[in-house]
Amino acid sequence: MSEFHQAFWTIAVAAVCSVPCALLGCFLLLKRMSMLGDAIGHGVLPGIAVAFLLTGQITSVYILLGAMVFGLITAALAETLAATGVVTEDSSLGVVFTTLFALGVLLLSGLLRNVDLDINCVFMGLLVLVPNNTIDVLGFEIPQAFPTMLLALALTLVFLAVFWKELKIVAFDPALAQSMGFSPRLVNYLLIAIIAGTTVSAFEAVGLILVLAVLIVPAATAHLLTDRLGPMLAWAAFFAVSGSVLGYLLHNVGRYSLDVSGLIAVMLGVQFAVVLLLAPRHGLIAKWWRHLQLSVRIAQEDILARLYRAEESGERTYALPLSEHGVSPWLVWFAHRQLVRLGLLTGGPDGLPTLTESGRRLAQYVVRSHRLWESYAGAVLEIPPDHVHSAAALVEHYIGPELQDEIAQSLDQPPTDPHGKSIPPR
Amino acid sequence: MDFLPYNTRVVLLGVTLLGACAGVIGCFAVLRRRALVGDALSHSTLPGVAAAFLLAGGKHFSLMLLGAFVSGLLAIGALALLRRWTRIKEDAGIAIVLSTFFGAGVVLASVIQQSQESGQSGWDAFIFGKSAGIVWDDVQLIAILVAVTLVIVALCYKEFLLITFDPEFAKVQGWPARQLDFALMLLLLVAVVVGLPAVGVLLMAAMLIIPAAAARLWTQRLAAMLFLSAGIGVLAGVVGTFLSDRASVPLGPSIIFVAAFLFAFSLLLAPRRGLIARWIARRRDREALLAHGGELPP
Repeated sequence: MSEFHQAFWTIAVAAVCSVPCALLGCFLLLKRMSMLGDAIGHGVLPGIAVAFLLTGQITSVYILLGAMVFGLITAALAETLAATGVVTEDSSLGVVFTTLFALGVLLLSGLLRNVDLDINCVFMGLLVLVPNNTIDVLGFEIPQAFPTMLLALALTLVFLAVFWKELKIVAFDPALAQSMGFSPRLVNYLLIAIIAGTTVSAFEAVGLILVLAVLIVPAATAHLLTDRLGPMLAWAAFFAVSGSVLGYLLHNVGRYSLDVSGLIAVMLGVQFAVVLLLAPRHGLIAKWWRHLQLSVRIAQEDILARLYRAEESGERTYALPLSEHGVSPWLVWFAHRQLVRLGLLTGGPDGLPTLTESGRRLAQYVVRSHRLWESYAGAVLEIPPDHVHSAAALVEHYIGPELQDEIAQSLDQPPTDPHGKSIPPR
Repeated sequence: MDFLPYNTRVVLLGVTLLGACAGVIGCFAVLRRRALVGDALSHSTLPGVAAAFLLAGGKHFSLMLLGAFVSGLLAIGALALLRRWTRIKEDAGIAIVLSTFFGAGVVLASVIQQSQESGQSGWDAFIFGKSAGIVWDDVQLIAILVAVTLVIVALCYKEFLLITFDPEFAKVQGWPARQLDFALMLLLLVAVVVGLPAVGVLLMAAMLIIPAAAARLWTQRLAAMLFLSAGIGVLAGVVGTFLSDRASVPLGPSIIFVAAFLFAFSLLLAPRRGLIARWIARRRDREALLAHGGELPP
């Protein structure tokens, strides 16, 4: 087989294994059952052992069947144990899969007492060898795993299309599903059955570690990019394929040929990390940026309000010492500079900052919010006057014009706050 | 003890101590619904072990221990980052960290396989456990681990109790909740790193989860649960080793089976939370309700 063929079929098999796993994994992620794949992956071992015991062959349909049966048993046992309500979901998964895996090891070690059996070989599929194990379809040489996984993909797509609405409700609101008259438990079992079938068929080709990775990591990556289920599935499938391609393309490093399954798992993790940093809404950088913007706005409003209060009592003051509230001096310096640049502050004749006309209007607005809230807290919430200030100092930054009007109206336009200071007009 | 061969006695001592330690640490993980964190941390040590092997150019035990510890620390960091700063839930975070780290370990393993013609065999025994079983060096290390762990848990009992059951309250009360949480994770990691070369990844995960989950069924009090869980861990270790020796079956599965049996026993027979007790209570309630002329919904 040529190098191109090798590359094409390796990527094709990896992709066709990954996509159904990634699609189904979205539901596992949303239902907070992410470790189910790991549990199924370990729980299949007794099935493999029993099938081997019965047929004496290491590669056969019976192995796949045995594995599937035990994949289902693992999932069903863990579900049943968690459903008793006395064992948490994570503990029941842990108890079930370790016990079943131990059973598998025991059976295999009994069978193969004289053979140095490396249990791991069962769990690290050799993706590079997949293209060499071919069957003949209409005169084309096709890797054996390909049609199996294509079938799994088709089944998954049909399942998703038929049960789309049910899956959606069960994933987001099982209680609603129950009250609407269809059983979340039935949908759940169907989902778990199809996950067990798909993952078990994928283990053989790509190995346990990649199946676990591709079940959850693309789904989690997609979850960072969208809040809608449809796009989430599409993104998950995309990341599963791109991870497979990246993993294959990068696997030749110098004289080493890295393990492709492992590398794809790593690439899925790398994609997740990149999206985690850069995602527009849920990304870390976007979050930090929004946080920074908010901090700057609050610091600006605090500076303006401080200068306004100083003006009221006929004093002059620096804008800077806000650090008493735990605000960093750097932030205050930056906020101050922005205020000058926006024309809200100017340097006064004595070198101290002075509010401009527009700056005073904004300051008035903030102080009005503050004092209105103090009045409201005093009058309606009956908080003593010496306790209202600190809360108002936080809330003042979040009161919009409508809320301001509403508070003023509900208190009949109070002239002063509980401390006797006059509330500035709008 | 003379009826057991020397090797078996060493193994027995090792699994007894480890069972006690894992039983105690596992309680905190199980109560915080992080039972599978132990599994994830065990797997995430693989890249560190492989990197240490590559750097040292051979099996160098303390360097591999260090490598395992460092990559475990990175995994803890990644878990904390995901929990604190993102919308990714705990279970997904565990799966992501486990698969990415283990994937990296598998990649490094393929480098090891290709870089040396000889001498690489058995390096991965570090995380999958030795076929020869536990040796005296392991036991010494495990003994130190147990002593340190028990002292720390005894000293910080009140704090650990608080952050296990009500982390929010702990934070509001001004306890260093994040540091205490990290301390618990660190104890878990140390137990995993020390236990792995002795018993392997699977038995380690089982010893952290099963005794604690069984103990939880018997009691509502943390102190009682800790002692009970340690006791179940020790019992599983002792009986499992004995069975393994007599029936010549592998040690790990034998211990896990005993632990699983004790769990099933607890699940059925524990007072209040056991299935039989709950069934009886439900019947009694039902009869009491019917006797008072109440009607049950269909």
